[in-house]
Amino acid sequence: MMAVVAETKGRGAALVMALYLLFLMLPIYWLLNMSLKTNTEILGAFSLWPKNPTLANYRTILTDPSWYMGYVNSLTYVVMNTVISITVALPAAYAFSRYRFIGDKHLFFWLLTNRMAPAAVFALPFFQLYSSIGLFDTHIAVALAHCLFNVPLAVWILEGFMSGVPREIDETAYIDGYSFPRFFVKIFMPLIASGIGVAAFFCFMFSWVELLLSRTLTSVNAKPIAATMTRTVSASGLDWGVLAAAGILTIIPGALVIWFVRNYIAKGFALGRV
Amino acid sequence: MEKPVNNRAWFLVLPVLLLVAFSAILPLMTVVNYSVQDTFGGNQFFWAGLDWFEEVIHSDRIRAALGRQVLFSAIILAIEIPLGIFVALNMPKKGIWASFCLVLMALPLLIPWNVVGTIWQVFGRVDIGLLGYTLRKLGISYNYVNNAMDAWITVIVMDVWHWTSLVALLCYAGLQSIPDAYYQAAKIDQASRWKVFRYIELPKMQGVLLIAVLLRFMDSFMIYTEPFVVTGGGPGNATTFLSIDLVKMAVGQFDLGPAAAFSLIYFLVILLISFVFYTVMTRQKEGE
Repeated sequence: MMAVVAETKGRGAALVMALYLLFLMLPIYWLLNMSLKTNTEILGAFSLWPKNPTLANYRTILTDPSWYMGYVNSLTYVVMNTVISITVALPAAYAFSRYRFIGDKHLFFWLLTNRMAPAAVFALPFFQLYSSIGLFDTHIAVALAHCLFNVPLAVWILEGFMSGVPREIDETAYIDGYSFPRFFVKIFMPLIASGIGVAAFFCFMFSWVELLLSRTLTSVNAKPIAATMTRTVSASGLDWGVLAAAGILTIIPGALVIWFVRNYIAKGFALGRV
Repeated sequence: MEKPVNNRAWFLVLPVLLLVAFSAILPLMTVVNYSVQDTFGGNQFFWAGLDWFEEVIHSDRIRAALGRQVLFSAIILAIEIPLGIFVALNMPKKGIWASFCLVLMALPLLIPWNVVGTIWQVFGRVDIGLLGYTLRKLGISYNYVNNAMDAWITVIVMDVWHWTSLVALLCYAGLQSIPDAYYQAAKIDQASRWKVFRYIELPKMQGVLLIAVLLRFMDSFMIYTEPFVVTGGGPGNATTFLSIDLVKMAVGQFDLGPAAAFSLIYFLVILLISFVFYTVMTRQKEGE
């Protein structure tokens, strides 16, 4: 009896998931479909799959430096941002998870408020700030700008994971004669490795998908791929095929990252607070 | 166990403090600076006091944008939170299918925001998009470029597509933490499906749900890129949300004074609402 009930529920659940995943995948499939067609085919007969699949659109992008350098630029500042964010967030998260100090709660909330700051508010001031110190159109400028929302997030996530590690471990290590830096690197960091992975994943994610700031802070040398897409489209009429191919190529890094962290996603999305 | 008091912990926080101060306080001061001054070009500034703030508060255009923004965020939360919970309840618990679902569901979250816009812009077009074309063939009139209602529906469906998975994954993480023994006890008591949900699953999800509500509220309230790519804020001003209006004002018209005042009010509104959520969150955590 119980088994039967469970089975019917299982079938219903499978149907719900199938419909939901179909809803998620259809628009992406449509982009993929378009990226494999020529412009004449896209604008001509309507078809659910490419009749004559062609990789010409991808070839256009991967052989033209003004296109593919966009990917290199995006990945450069995203990696820089992730490294900076995690490096400064680690000690801070440790402080928040282990000690009470003057102003700790206020400081923590103030950090979080930066995650709430609309990028639109900061776009213009950032532009002026980085122009005045000669960092306009560099990767480091975008990486630093994205720290605005990634550092607070990293501190928040890491603090959650660190609070899950019993404090006795710290105390035992100090008694055994470990200095703080050695304890932190040798013992503590391996313990929260999955937390570091999750924080890095979120930093990567929010830096990769952001466009408003990265577009405002760059013109040529550090221009992200997402901005390259919008500009080329408006300049050369609408080249739907190339646009679609560029879009598909921006999905790939994200897909790879998800694949690597798939076993931590569930815990990671709870930011270590389950 | 109480945490020990140690003010030297400030040294550990210092790098974060310096970095965030550089990228938050300095620009914010610029904004404050502009909000109380007027300029006629060049580098000449005149004290304007609170004029800009008054102008912004009484501006019909900004009030309308705020109204649209609140409506949008409310609709988004009303759809995505229940739908996310529903999806999470139907996800496979473990095994290869669970990983499969997780990976596919996380995919929209990692697509750059303007590409999300592009995807839906194309998908909804009546000539070359699957959605628009199908609707036209079914005889339903749909055109997000001219019709305000259709534009709203498109933007909302796009956001549901983009972000519901975040809510679902958060809830899924909460559900994963419920020990099997709870379900077995419920089975012995012959609790109904609804009661299992109400008294076991929902309380266990409360923590992550508040994170979900907070994140979804903040991000939907700051939404810019996706609707801008799809509708450009139109037709007319129908989908001009606060951020879109702000960028139009600051970059398009270069009205720095009003734009700065607008920015500060905008930021304060988000801060205020988030503070309420945050207080509720921490209070509830201490109550456990």
